[in-house]
Amino acid sequence: MALIETEDLTKSFGYMPVIKRLTLGIERGEAVALLGANGSGKSTLLRMLSSLSKPTSGSIRIGGWELPREAAAVRAQIGMVAHKPLLYDNLTAVENLQFFGRLYNLDPAKSKQRGGLLLEQVGLARRANDLVRTFSRGMQQRLSIARAMLHEPDILLLDEPHTGLDQRGAALLDDLIMGARGEGRTILMATHEFDHAVQVSTRVLILERGSVVIDQPAAEMDAVRLAAIFAEQVSA
Amino acid sequence: MSAVTQAPLPVSSTSSQSRPALLVILTVITAILTVVGLLMLLFYAGLDVTQGDVQRIFYIHVSAFAGASVALGVSVVAGIMYLWKRNPKWDRLALSGIEVGFALALTNLITGMVWARPIWNTWWTWDPRLTSAAIMILTYAAYFMLRAGIENPETRRRLSSVYGILAYTTVIVTFVIIRIRPDTIHPAVIGPSPQNAEGGFELSSSMLATMSFNMIVWSVFIPWVLIWWRLRIENLSERVNALRAVVAEK
Amino acid sequence: MKTPFFAAMLAIFRKDTLAESRSRELIGAMGLFALLDVLIFSFALELNREARIESVSGVLWVTIVFASILGLNRSMAMERDQGNLDVLLLAPLPRSAIFAGKLLGNFLFTALVGLAVAFVITILFNVPLFNGWMLIALLLGTAGFTIIGTLLAAMTAQTRARETLLPIVMLPVAVPLLLAAVRGTTYILNGAAQDEWLPWLSILTVLNIIFLVLGVVLFEFVVEE
Repeated sequence: MALIETEDLTKSFGYMPVIKRLTLGIERGEAVALLGANGSGKSTLLRMLSSLSKPTSGSIRIGGWELPREAAAVRAQIGMVAHKPLLYDNLTAVENLQFFGRLYNLDPAKSKQRGGLLLEQVGLARRANDLVRTFSRGMQQRLSIARAMLHEPDILLLDEPHTGLDQRGAALLDDLIMGARGEGRTILMATHEFDHAVQVSTRVLILERGSVVIDQPAAEMDAVRLAAIFAEQVSA
Repeated sequence: MSAVTQAPLPVSSTSSQSRPALLVILTVITAILTVVGLLMLLFYAGLDVTQGDVQRIFYIHVSAFAGASVALGVSVVAGIMYLWKRNPKWDRLALSGIEVGFALALTNLITGMVWARPIWNTWWTWDPRLTSAAIMILTYAAYFMLRAGIENPETRRRLSSVYGILAYTTVIVTFVIIRIRPDTIHPAVIGPSPQNAEGGFELSSSMLATMSFNMIVWSVFIPWVLIWWRLRIENLSERVNALRAVVAEK
Repeated sequence: MKTPFFAAMLAIFRKDTLAESRSRELIGAMGLFALLDVLIFSFALELNREARIESVSGVLWVTIVFASILGLNRSMAMERDQGNLDVLLLAPLPRSAIFAGKLLGNFLFTALVGLAVAFVITILFNVPLFNGWMLIALLLGTAGFTIIGTLLAAMTAQTRARETLLPIVMLPVAVPLLLAAVRGTTYILNGAAQDEWLPWLSILTVLNIIFLVLGVVLFEFVVEE
């Protein structure tokens, strides 16, 4: 059984279907890049998989748990990076991580240690005790990645994580994603960036108007080829 | 065609296109009963010695409030059902209940003012009962504003169900307030009136019969028939929206 | 696997108090507004000695209600602006813990402002507001407003009109609380016998319990998507 399974998954806003009868399986340890034009349903799919949004119809099973019925069990296994940084401006980086540690009921000492390690990894160790308010967009983005990995989730859902990052930040993020892959985490990343997509993922999905139109192993692709396929599949 | 299968239409086409016979029959019965009720309060019920003919409006005034609490109560049940089952039809019922209840509450307020003019010598006074009735109406006006302020239909249904449930507390307060606020001048028709109530009256047997008859008409027949009609309109407009979405998809 | 209710509630409460101790955004805005409000009332009503006793509790409660609306809007905006409510919803905690956590913070800040208002009124109008029962009434009333306010602010944050809509949906529902609070405190200030005002405090307590139950049950439906 795949780690993430959807069957006939549909989400409509009013009578506008955004995701249409999507049946998808993602195995443990896969790193999937999810491409698609704006409005193709990428974010909606990620929000449903993260339990933030309820499907209109169809089913989702994550690690054998059914959404939305067994949401609490699923939530503990998911780390999410969304469009917005999901951080508190008036808390420092460390305090933010501490708060998230408490929300996930982590052991305080362990959470502190892992928090420190992650801050190191995202290159924010020196700014650990500064208010998030003073951070640049890129720094906030990096901190929100650290936040998403704090509770060692099995699954990482990343919604355009490269947005707002400079070259160095983007490379750092790619390293982190590769590292997470090495630790056996499953990754689903919505992105617009072909080169990052082929670099860090094992599988590429293209979503068009709520349906998967391309589903291929990333090994067979490079950024140029992916861009060509994308242009062919996605009507402007 | 694909959107039709993905977004199920709110009602099957047969039930909403033809006018249900039962509804038509009920409407005719209700109309007749309402007229009978009016005739009773005008000609059958005995004249109130102190207040004169103006007291007759009380039969409508009280009955309209009873009807409003029933219709608004329907919306509470429908709201709970929506939150539980998530079927949009419950939200449409809740909305219908609140609109009908709102209209009946206004009827209650206006007839009260007409009565108060000769009896209390003023159209309006800041009596606790009157104030709480006015606030109750404002609460439901706020309900309409809340609905209008939410674009996503699913969010709109969910939040209005919650607010519809909360809003009913004001109906309860309006009902009990003359029993807990001793300084009201509003008489209680059911149960003993407060000490300083002005304009209370004893019901003779013909008056009691008229009151009971009108109560039943206004709290059973009128709200239900109006809600049913209102619900039909809501169902039809929902169907139009659904069909529009299908057309837009093509 | 699930974070226990109390741990989650306290985490959210601590987060809010820590952030507030840094920015003093809520207390600052609410406090300043409340002070202005009291001053405006004193001009507008030309409060003389007899009028004071009668209208002072009205002034007190109206000020607290409007100040609480200001604070509630701000507190919810803090969660909304950065999409932070999502972070609370993503975590494996009971929804009611989010409600309780936000409620505790809102209550603390509003109660502090309420006490400050009572203090200011005591000094400006020479009406002694500080006695045991008065304080109990103050806390009960404040609790009631913050309970329905926390629930409704989470709701109006999702609408187009947002800040504008909160007073419109909150005030009518808060009227029973306001009524009991104003009556109770007026009788206490008048030095009325205990059986005159104790019923109002009981009503206030009952209303608090009813709204708390409704809030805990309904909050889940308010925040989900």
